[in-house]
Order: sequence, then C-alpha cells, then structure tokens
Amino acid sequence: MQNKVDFIIAGVGGQGTILASDILVEVGYNAGYDVKKSEVHGMSQRGGGVESQVRWGKKVYSPLIEKGKADYLIGFEMLEAARWTEYLNPSSVVYVNKHKMFPPTVTTGQAEYPSETAIEQELISRASRMEWVDAIGLAKELGNPALAGVIMLGRLSADLEVAPELWLKVISELVPAKFVELNKKAFLTGRGIISKSI
Amino acid sequence: MKKLLSGNEAFAYGAYLAGVQLAAAYPGTPSTEIVKNCATYDTIYAEWSPNEKVSLDVATGASYAGRRALCAMKHVGLNVAADSLFSASYTGLKGGLVIINADDPGMHSSQNEQDNRNYAKFAKVPMLEPADSEEAKNYVRIALEMSEQYDTPVLIRTTTRLSHSRTLVEIDDSKRVIPSDEIPAYERNIPKYVMVPGNARRRHPVVEERLQKLAALAETLEINKIEPGNDEIGIITSGVIYQYARDVFPNATILKLGMVWPLPKQMIIDFAKRVKKLVIIEELDPFIEEYVRILGLDCIGKEVYPIEGEYSPSLIREVSYKAGLLTEAPPEVSAASIDLPMRPPMLCPGCGHRGLFYALKRLDATVFGDIGCYTLGAAPPLAAMHTTTCMGGGFGVVHGVDKMGVKDKTVAVLGDSTFFHSGIHPMIDVLYNGGISTLIITDNRITAMTGHQDNPGSGRTLLGEPAERIDIETVVRGLGAKRVEVVNPYEVEQVMKVVKEGLESGEPSVVIARYPCVLHTKEKHPVPTVDTEACTNCGNCLKIGCPPITKGENYVAIDNILCNGCGLCARVCPFNAIKKPEEQ
Ligand SMILES: Cc1ncc(C[n+]2csc(CCOP(=O)(O)OP(=O)(O)O)c2C)c(N)n1
Repeated sequence: MQNKVDFIIAGVGGQGTILASDILVEVGYNAGYDVKKSEVHGMSQRGGGVESQVRWGKKVYSPLIEKGKADYLIGFEMLEAARWTEYLNPSSVVYVNKHKMFPPTVTTGQAEYPSETAIEQELISRASRMEWVDAIGLAKELGNPALAGVIMLGRLSADLEVAPELWLKVISELVPAKFVELNKKAFLTGRGIISKSI
Repeated sequence: MKKLLSGNEAFAYGAYLAGVQLAAAYPGTPSTEIVKNCATYDTIYAEWSPNEKVSLDVATGASYAGRRALCAMKHVGLNVAADSLFSASYTGLKGGLVIINADDPGMHSSQNEQDNRNYAKFAKVPMLEPADSEEAKNYVRIALEMSEQYDTPVLIRTTTRLSHSRTLVEIDDSKRVIPSDEIPAYERNIPKYVMVPGNARRRHPVVEERLQKLAALAETLEINKIEPGNDEIGIITSGVIYQYARDVFPNATILKLGMVWPLPKQMIIDFAKRVKKLVIIEELDPFIEEYVRILGLDCIGKEVYPIEGEYSPSLIREVSYKAGLLTEAPPEVSAASIDLPMRPPMLCPGCGHRGLFYALKRLDATVFGDIGCYTLGAAPPLAAMHTTTCMGGGFGVVHGVDKMGVKDKTVAVLGDSTFFHSGIHPMIDVLYNGGISTLIITDNRITAMTGHQDNPGSGRTLLGEPAERIDIETVVRGLGAKRVEVVNPYEVEQVMKVVKEGLESGEPSVVIARYPCVLHTKEKHPVPTVDTEACTNCGNCLKIGCPPITKGENYVAIDNILCNGCGLCARVCPFNAIKKPEEQ
C-alpha cells in the first residue's frame, strides 16, 4: 500500500467524470485506504468543465488536493486536461483521452483550440510521463462513446496495485445493471492498452 | 459497516436516524440533495415547497405539532425564509427543528457569497458546522436534541465542499429513533405562539436567556474540542476548513469548533493563553475573529486569510507561508503557458429558452431577467438579458423602470419555478398599480437549473405522486391579466409578434413561452443537414449560440452527436441552407 495516491479527473459535463470518480473512490476504500472525493456540480452541468478529485491515503483530511501534489491526472478531454497543469509535479503521471470537444468560443471562430503538440508539451514538461489514450476510438468500437471513461480507468488501473477483480466488482455495483457487462469489457480493454508513452 | 456518502446524503441519513418526520425545501445548489434524499426514507414525509419561506413555515408547523422536522436551503434561500426564522426563534417549538443552510464560497452556482453564520447571531439561534459526512450525519441528531432541550430552532451550516464531497460514514440503524405513529395532539399556548407585541416582549428575555444557556453549553459540548499538538501555533477553525488546516499544519494545536454560535468564551480565552500564536482560519467573514478580538485577544486572521473566495489547502499554505507561519515553501507550480479557451456553461442544444432569447434579441428588447437556466440568455452570443439579481426580482424591477418612463422595449423574463417561488407578487403589483410591463414566463414545466425538480406546474410531487398541475395561465388570468398569450418559443416570428403587441398596447401583458425542457423529457429529433452549396457562411446561425454548430472554412457544420434536432438553426438561416430532415 502506498502512503497516498491523489487523482484528478477532468472533463466536460456529460462525459461521465462523476461516475468514474465514484468508481475510483470506492476502489480505494475496498483496497483498504482511507478515501475522500470532491466534485463540483451546478452550472457545470450545462456543457461547462467538470472536475473531480479523489484521494487515497492512510489518513485523508482534506477532500481537495494541493497544487503540485497530484499523482495522476486523468483527462477525459484534451483541453480540460491542460487546465490542471498546476497540480502536477515531476513524478506525476498523465493520461489523456484523445478527444477534442470545442467550447463555444472555438465553434464561433473567436478562439483557437490549442494544438495536440502544444497540449502534450505543456503536460509532459511538468510530469514524469504523459500518455495519449484513444479511449474515445475504442469506446466507439465497443458501440458506445460513453464507455471512454471506464476505458481510461482501465488504463490507469494497470499502474496501481489493486487487483482487477476488485475494480470489476465495484464497476458491477455502480453502473446500471444492463450496462455491467459492457463496462467490464471496456475496463479490461483499457487495462490491456499499451500505447505510445512519452 | 461504512459507506461513502456525500455530505448531503449524510444529512438525510442523519435525519432518518434521528426520527425526523417531515422534511421540506425549495431546491438550491448545493443544498438540493438533502431533502431529495430524505424522500427516499419511508418514515419521512418530504416535499418541494414553492419557496424557502414556505418550507420553513411547513417545518415549523410540524415541530409545533410535536414532531421532528428538517428544512434545507441554499444560503440565499435563508434571505427568503429569514422572517420565519426570526419568528420561530421567538416562539420556540415542541418537536425538534433543524434548518440546514448551505453556503457557497467561491460562488460555484450562486449570485453572491454571503456568510450565513451571521444569521445565527442575528436570529439568536445556535449553529453547528460539521467537517465531513460522518459529522453531518451525527450533527443532525445533536441539533434536534438541542432544539428540543433549549426550545429553539437550530441551524446547521454546510458549504459546497462539504455537501458535495464523499467521505466515509458509519452505517448503523440499530439506535435509530423510531418516529411515533400516533396522531399528535396540538398543544395550544397563546402567550408562547402568538407574537403580538405584548407576548413578544415576554418572549425576548426568554430568547436572551436561552442564548446564555447555550453559550454555557458550548464550553463543555463534545463537538468543540482541542486537538493538542505543538503549541507554537494554535488554530481556531471549523467545518471543512478544519480538514485543510490539518493538511497544512499537521502538528499544530487546533481548537475545532463543531458549534459556531454561540461561541465558547472561556474555552477560547484558555486556548489563547495556551498557544504562542493564535490563528483563526475561517472562510468568508471574520465571524470567529471579531468575537476573539472583542474578547481583547490578539490573533492572526483576515490580514492573512482572504474574505473573498473559496479556500483550499493550497491557498491556506500559500498565504500562511507568506505570513511566516510556515517555514517550508509551497511547491513551485505554473499554469499552462498556452491560451486555453474558456468553457462556460451554455443553454443546452435544443433548449426552448434559446428561441425566446433569439426573438428578444431581434426585437432589441431590454430584458430584466431572473435566475434559472434562462439566465444563460445573458451569455454571448445571445447577450439578451440585462439584469439578474435575486429570484423573483425581474418583474418588480421592470415595473419600476417602466414607471420612470424609460423608452426602451422593456420586458421581464422568469421561469415557471421562479414564478411559483416569488414571481406572483410582483405580477400582482404590475396588474394592480397601473403598470404597463410586458411579463414573460418561460415555462419548461420543471425546475431545470438545479437538476429537474418538480414544481407546482409539473404535475408530480417529490414523493413521486401525481398532483393537479397549477396552471400558470389560469393563475395569471385569475389575478386579472387581460392580455395573456401562450406561445411556443421555437416559433420565433410568433414570439416577436406577441411581445411587440404587448409592448405597443400600453397595458400590462403576459406571455407564457411554453416548451418542456428537452434535457428532462429526452426529446430528440433527426439532425438537420447543411446544404454546403447554399451555405454562404454568413454566421447567422451562430448567433443563436447553439453548441453543435461550428464555423468552418466555407460553411458551417453540425455535430450530430450533440445536436438535439430542434431545428431552430434551420428557422433562422436566411439562405435556407440548413434543412430539417422532413424538408429534404
Ligand atoms: C432564493 C433562491 N433559491 C434558490 C435558488 C437556486 N435556483 C436558481 S435557479 C432555480 C430554478 C429556476 O427554475 P425555473 O424558474 O423553472 O427555470 P429553469 O431553470 O427551469 O429554466 C433555483 C432553484 C436561488 N438562486 N435563489
């Protein structure tokens, strides 16, 4: 067991960041950690950015992670991932779903969506490792783009000392019954990915 | 067994364990899930009341009847319910009454950042403040017992971070208070419950005496406790801020206050003597600090820790380091060096409000708005709302503007839930006092902004039972409005026509723009297609601010996953280049 593991999940309203962080916090608890999770709802539901923070530790006080202290940043969307650079440190690991969702200023031509290389540079320069995950592509192959979140968790799980059975148990408990099998499959797909690491 | 619960779920579980029999609220982030979760326990009658004042009166009634009751609201909701709170403070009650108040530091979803600890002092009632979900559960019971023992309503303060964080809670129903199933006998007591001046004068000293007793209780109350550590720095704090302080000052001595009003005077004096440097860390107002200073004690407070904004462990570390309270510098961090376009919330694809605001923009109306999803009509590119204050504010504001003879095309807009909350009274004012205003109710048949709660116009109660809809048109006509039109907000030309007629009539007019919320009903239609030959890239469709429409090199594109198929873009295209499927 590690002393502490701090995770930030960032995405856009409707992408399933809340479900993913619910799974992550339950897994930590089941693995024997003290845990806390924080998220902000409200205005963010109407297409705004959403973020959840999950903390595992021997004893966790604050539900919020400090800047420069996140161990993992999991971006469900490229631009949203780039907003959390301040939370990274030279040993952080970053996984980003290779998925762009244009905010209104971009769709109306007033602002530009940053390039993939620029985002990559920003993240890698502050972390130990950064990996693009084609979660959205794999999710579409599995028949539902909403599975991208669980695929991201699958990738993350390969780094953590928690048995996959435990993840699958928590997933079965938290997703609606008729989607359990599909989500388990998505998780294992994500866990099996070995993609280009920078 | 332990379970992860949000602060709000834990409050509801605590209410269940404490034998609460009635829970009433009007929704408001971050408080909404408290009473919503109370509704899942079959021993609690739970309801959405039309506004916070009503919900507090209803809860007060249940406690007058001798049963335990709960009421929950966001911080600004207590402004609406304040009159009832001050009265309940004087009358006291019979069954326990707990009011859970949710502040929103950082204004994640609010119009202001008021610190409602001030209400506890103002209304002379006790206030508790839990620091995690386990305490949230336990404090409901403590509050109800205190309420009954001291004959007072008790406030519990939560904040967004506590309400919406998940932490571990001990699940154990074995010591649950089983609510009585006997029909309560109402106990009449005119001197206590009829607040005419003569009686109220006799109640005031009772209230003062109660406050003295509660202050004495605060000295020994288990939830006010000192966590001994290194006495170099002694911190007084409460709520979720305690958790941040613990992360940043792991070895400090901390006085953690579970009751933030009244404060434990002697305990604070002794604590100040014990530690070298007294530091007060509290979000928003210097509430504890002012008390400490009045005691003549020297402390570090708001000169270091800001009044505005939400705290975080990072912020506390940063400012504490700058003030010399920490020796180790915070980690060096840097924000991204590239421009990251903002992602503000928007009206959803297919939202009926969009058609209304597009019509008002075309009319160049000056729009006195209100609070709900429709407030997003103020966001660019629509930018078709010019004031937003508090719920129910807009109808009164437009009447004042119109009485001054302003020549703009003035209209006011509010939603169905807002109408039932506090829109009826200003409408009465316009109708009775010779107003001429054009009042628009954008009726999506649900309280959408806070997550689709039912309201008196939606035909269903919080407990899921069908109810007779209160028909807005009938209400408005019943008040005496003569000019009343019901329109479909997607019919832009029709909306413009009736609003214009109303404006030109020189008399009050009411427009009900009705279309059920598509996010709630999950209504979806086939996606329109763009005729790339006909599209001139003029940008007109971009003016409706619909997220799926993207400006391309030569023509616009519509994202068919995001698009809801409402067809508003097709209606507004001057070149007929966007076609709804049935027209192809
Ligand atoms: C006094 C007060 N109570 C509650 C809220 C929270 N709140 C903001 S908007 C809203 C609901 C608005 O519903 P409606 O008028 O039907 O508009 P919609 O969101 O459906 O468009 C609520 C409950 C508030 N801002 N102020």
